[in-house]
Amino acid sequence: MAKAKVNTLEFDRDACNNCGMCITVCPHGVFAEDGRAVRLADPDACMECGACALNCSQEAIRVDSGVGCANAMIMAALTGRKEVTCGCDSCC
Amino acid sequence: MKEEDNAGCSCHGQKSATPDNACGPAPASNRNEIKTATSVLTFQDKLTHVLARLGIRRGGWRVEPGLYRLGDAGEESPVLVTANYKLSFDALRSALSGMDAFILVLDTFGINVWCAAGKGTFGTDELVSRIESSRLADVVTTRRMLVPQLGTTGVAAHEVKARSGFKVDYGPVRAEDIPEFLRAGKATPEMRRIRFDLRDRVVLIPVEANQALPIAAGVSLAAYIADGTIASAGIAGAAIAGLVGVPVLLPWLPADEYSAKGFILGGIVALATAGTALLSDDGSSLTLRLMRAASYVLAIPPLTAFIALNFTGATPYPSPSGVRKEIFRYVPVMAGMTVTGIIVNVAQKIARMRKG
Repeated sequence: MAKAKVNTLEFDRDACNNCGMCITVCPHGVFAEDGRAVRLADPDACMECGACALNCSQEAIRVDSGVGCANAMIMAALTGRKEVTCGCDSCC
Repeated sequence: MKEEDNAGCSCHGQKSATPDNACGPAPASNRNEIKTATSVLTFQDKLTHVLARLGIRRGGWRVEPGLYRLGDAGEESPVLVTANYKLSFDALRSALSGMDAFILVLDTFGINVWCAAGKGTFGTDELVSRIESSRLADVVTTRRMLVPQLGTTGVAAHEVKARSGFKVDYGPVRAEDIPEFLRAGKATPEMRRIRFDLRDRVVLIPVEANQALPIAAGVSLAAYIADGTIASAGIAGAAIAGLVGVPVLLPWLPADEYSAKGFILGGIVALATAGTALLSDDGSSLTLRLMRAASYVLAIPPLTAFIALNFTGATPYPSPSGVRKEIFRYVPVMAGMTVTGIIVNVAQKIARMRKG
């Protein structure tokens, strides 16, 4: 199980069927081709968007996905909401 | 599409909207009709882009969801999916200039593809139900569709295929690369990577400033009343450094965390403010002058740092894990510096009053 240092990305290479979907969907080049299965090429560039895990039909990728937005987190902390999303009307 | 369909248009407020300006709620009877789109952006479209970029009526720039025919699209034409945010829809249709295609607009409540995908409104469920309600399978013989790459946080291609029969191809990050993508049949690695160029960062300034400027102006005014012109100018400078300096200089500020980038710029503003105060502040003891300068060095940088921290949500790099760590690491420092700076400033003020 390969893991990233600064985020929650985990990749189970043994479960990978080498379809390459994670390479396609990742906007930060975290995954790369590597023979019979994909490998984590740049795990620390992961922004935990969750696109790879959602599009992995083998469930070989795990990541606690969410929005990397300090404003949303601070507002959630202040208003006591559990879920951190940018659900406010005033932002994205 | 009939002109009346645009009567309730939320984007333009004019009944004479051209067909490509379709937006706002549609009469129920027209829900399944194929609407017409063009790839030409009118002056009015461009005007609404400016308003949207300024942050005016956020969430109000909606396109009517459903299926649109662009050009002379027929049963073998490509199908492209987008959000019902006007800027998203317009970016897509204008990128498809001269092409025949269908555009399937999902209802994302006027939110762009990426943000909506993060919330799940641009997602598998909405895509599958929109394929059904638009009767797409009767309109095209192809069973493929192009979904923008930044929609992948909400759309699971294998699930869409299983539930609708349509194979999802993920297009490039940017709409402008779509013609090249369709020609080549695949994306280059560059098309797959998200860029955050100077232009991408600069267009965010008005919308961020729209939210932060009233607060910054209030703080600056309070500083003017409490301390005078120099402090007020320092606060204003720190706000501008955060709202303009941070986005513009983002890749060149030598720090990983956004707060640290803000502290660098805010520190420069603070040193300039403190220096000005030291030079202009004659007639008082060195200790008092230094205390006043120190209060600026303490209280001004956190403002820029906090604005920079809040910029994280508008940028495509930080992970929630990283931002959480950053909040816990930097917000206490920001609060501590601000409070200490205010205390030092008040202390030197009291000392001056006693002497005077």
